[in-house]
Amino acid sequence: MAIIIDETTKVLIQGTGGQGTFHGKRNKDYGTKVVAGTHPKKGGQNWEGVDVPIFSTVQEAKDETGANASMVMVPAPFTKDAILEAYEAGIEVIVAITEGVPVHDMAQVYNTLYHRNEDGTFDMSSGPVLIGPNCPGLISPGKSNIGIIPESITKPGTVGLVSRSGTLTYQIMHELNLAGIGISTCVGIGGDPIIGSNFMDIVPKFAEDPETEAIVFVGEIGGTEEQKVGRWIAENIPDTPCVAYVAGFSAPPGKQMGHAGAIVKEGSDGGETAADKKAALEEMGISVGINPSETAQLMIKRLNA
Amino acid sequence: MDLMEFQGKDVFRAHGIPTTPQGQIATTAEEAHRLATEYGAPVMVKAQVLTGGRGKAGGVTYCPDAAAAKEAAEAILGLDIKGHVVHKVLVEKASDIAEEYYLSLLHDRVSKGYLAICSVEGGVEIEEVNRTQPEKVAKVTIDPTAGMTDELANQILDSGAMPAETRDQQVDLLKTLYDGFVAADATLFEINPLIKTTDGRIIALDSKVSIDDNALFRQPEIESLEGPVPPGEMGDDLEAKAKEQDLQYVKLDGDIGIMGNGAGLVMSTLDVVAQAGGEAANFLDAGGGATAESMAGGIAFVLGDPAVKVMMINIFGGITRCDDVANGVLGALDMLGDVTQKLVVRLDGNSADEGRRILEESGHPNLVSASGMIEAAEKAVALAKEA
Repeated sequence: MAIIIDETTKVLIQGTGGQGTFHGKRNKDYGTKVVAGTHPKKGGQNWEGVDVPIFSTVQEAKDETGANASMVMVPAPFTKDAILEAYEAGIEVIVAITEGVPVHDMAQVYNTLYHRNEDGTFDMSSGPVLIGPNCPGLISPGKSNIGIIPESITKPGTVGLVSRSGTLTYQIMHELNLAGIGISTCVGIGGDPIIGSNFMDIVPKFAEDPETEAIVFVGEIGGTEEQKVGRWIAENIPDTPCVAYVAGFSAPPGKQMGHAGAIVKEGSDGGETAADKKAALEEMGISVGINPSETAQLMIKRLNA
Repeated sequence: MDLMEFQGKDVFRAHGIPTTPQGQIATTAEEAHRLATEYGAPVMVKAQVLTGGRGKAGGVTYCPDAAAAKEAAEAILGLDIKGHVVHKVLVEKASDIAEEYYLSLLHDRVSKGYLAICSVEGGVEIEEVNRTQPEKVAKVTIDPTAGMTDELANQILDSGAMPAETRDQQVDLLKTLYDGFVAADATLFEINPLIKTTDGRIIALDSKVSIDDNALFRQPEIESLEGPVPPGEMGDDLEAKAKEQDLQYVKLDGDIGIMGNGAGLVMSTLDVVAQAGGEAANFLDAGGGATAESMAGGIAFVLGDPAVKVMMINIFGGITRCDDVANGVLGALDMLGDVTQKLVVRLDGNSADEGRRILEESGHPNLVSASGMIEAAEKAVALAKEA
C-alpha cells in the first residue's frame, strides 16, 4: 500500500518537450508504469526517449492505454487547459509540475474540479486528486514516482511525508534516510497560493494507509494550513507519531520568500509566521523542529518512544 | 507586481471603472505648478509610492490654487514614507466628496476564489474599522466560475451597509470592477476611498492594484509599466536590480550572503544561520533547476552587495547535479576575479561527491567546504565574525 499512487498506477504525460522527456524516462526507468504521452500535433508517433506512444488527446491516451494518472509538464500558459483536459477525460490523479501558473487560472481550475458546498468548503471526493502545480510531484519508493523527486535519496518505509517545498522535501527525506528511516509516500504539494491537494487532503489519506505509521509535514510561512491539519491530527489520530517543520523563522513580514504563497501579510490576523505556527502545533501535541535536521531527529525519537 | 496609484487608475480606466479625471505625474514643483494651472484649481497633489499611509505621512495635499500645488509638491517630493522615497507626485483635479466608502476585491487562498470586502466606512484604515466595528465590514466569497451577478453584488453592498439611493451605480461599478479584476489578472483591486461626489456620482478616488507576476505574459501593457519605475521607488535598490535580472531575491539586514536552490531550502538556510548566531544579508533562490549560469549570476549579485562579508551556498541536488553547481561556482569566481569574501559551500544530493571533489581539487583560496547545512551555517557565522 501507499497513498494516491502505487505499482499499478498507469501514467500518461502531457507535454512531450525536453522536461517531459527527461522526467518521463527517469520515472519509467524507476519502474513507474509510464504508458503514453500526449501532444496535440504529435498523435500517432512513438515518443523517442520514453518509448511509449504519443496521442493527440488525453481521452484517446486513456481509452487506448487505460492510463489513470497524468503528469502535466506543459508550459505555464497552457497548464490550466491541460489540467481541465485531464479532468474531463476522467483521469483520477493529476500531477501538475509546471511552475508559474497564474493564480486566476488555478482559481478557475479548482472551482471547476471540485464541488463547492453551501458552507464554502469543497467536496474533494467530487473530483480527481490534483497535486500541484509548481510542485515536485510524489513518490512511493519502490513502486512509483510521478514528478521530479530524486529517488536515490530515499527507500521504502513507513513514514508519510508531505511538504509545501521541493528541495526542502529532499533535505528532510535525506536526513530521514541517513537515520535509516524509509518513506511510504512522499508528496510535494507545492508553494503556490492555490494548489490542488493541501495538507488537509493528504494527511487523512496517510491516516487511513495501513503502511504509514508516522507522518512528517513540512510547511512554511504564509496562510494557516499547518494549524488546520494540526487540529485534525490532534482530534483524529492523536496516537500517530507526527512531526512538523515550518520554514522561515527568520523571514521578515511583507516579503514574499520565493514561493508565491510564502508571505506573512502585513496586518494579517496572525498565525502566518513560523513561530506562530510552531507554537500552535506544539500546543496540539505535534513536535516541531527548528530546522530539517532537528525535525528528522524528533521523528526518530517519536518512532523509538 | 504592485502598481502606483496613477498606474492603477490607468488600469481602472482601461477596464471602464469610473475614477477621477486623468491627472498627470510631476517630478518637480514647477511641473506641479504648471499642471495645476492647466487643470484649474483646486487640485490634489499625491505622493506616488508603493506603500499605504501616505495621508498620515503628509503625502496627500488639497491645493486651492496653483501656488499651493507648487508648495505641496516641494514638500512631498523627497519625502520618506515608510522607507519609500517620493520621486513623483500625481497632480489631478480635486473631486467634491459627499461620502466615502471602501471596496476591494482580492484573491483568497482560503476559499480558493475571490473575496469582496465592502464597507460604508471608507477613507480610513479599514483594519481599524474591522477591529472596532466588524459588523460594518462585509467579507463575501466569490466563486470564480460563477462570477459577479446582480444578486451577489447587491448582497455584498447590503452587507457593507452601503446606501440605497446610488445602488444602481454601485452595482454597475462592482460588476465592472470584477470584470476588470479578472481581465487584468489582478490579485488585489482596492478602492479606498470609493466616493460619492456632491453631484451624486460613484467613483474611485484612489487605487491600489496588484497584478499576478505569473500572468504578465498575457498583460503586456502592465508588464511594460515596470520599466519606467526607477529603482528606489520600488523600495530597495538591490531588490529592484535583482528583479531586472529575474532573480528571486529579498534584501535582509545581516552580513552573510545566502544562496540556495529552492525557496523552502533557502528559507530554511536563513533559519539555520540565525540559529548559529548570524544574520543573513539576503534571500536568494537560484531555483529548483539551478545551472552553472544561474549560479554564477546569483553569486556575482550577492557578492556585489557591500554588506556581505561571507557567502553561504546551500545546494541540495535533486535534478540539479552538484558537479554542475561546483563548476558554476568556480566559473563565477573566475569571472569575478578579485573576490575578497569567503564562500562556504555545502553540496548534497545528486552527484555531491563529484561536486565536492571538483571544489577541493580547484584549491581556490576563497572556498570553504562544509558537510551538511548546519555545519555550513556555523562556518559562515564564524567567518563573518572574523571578517
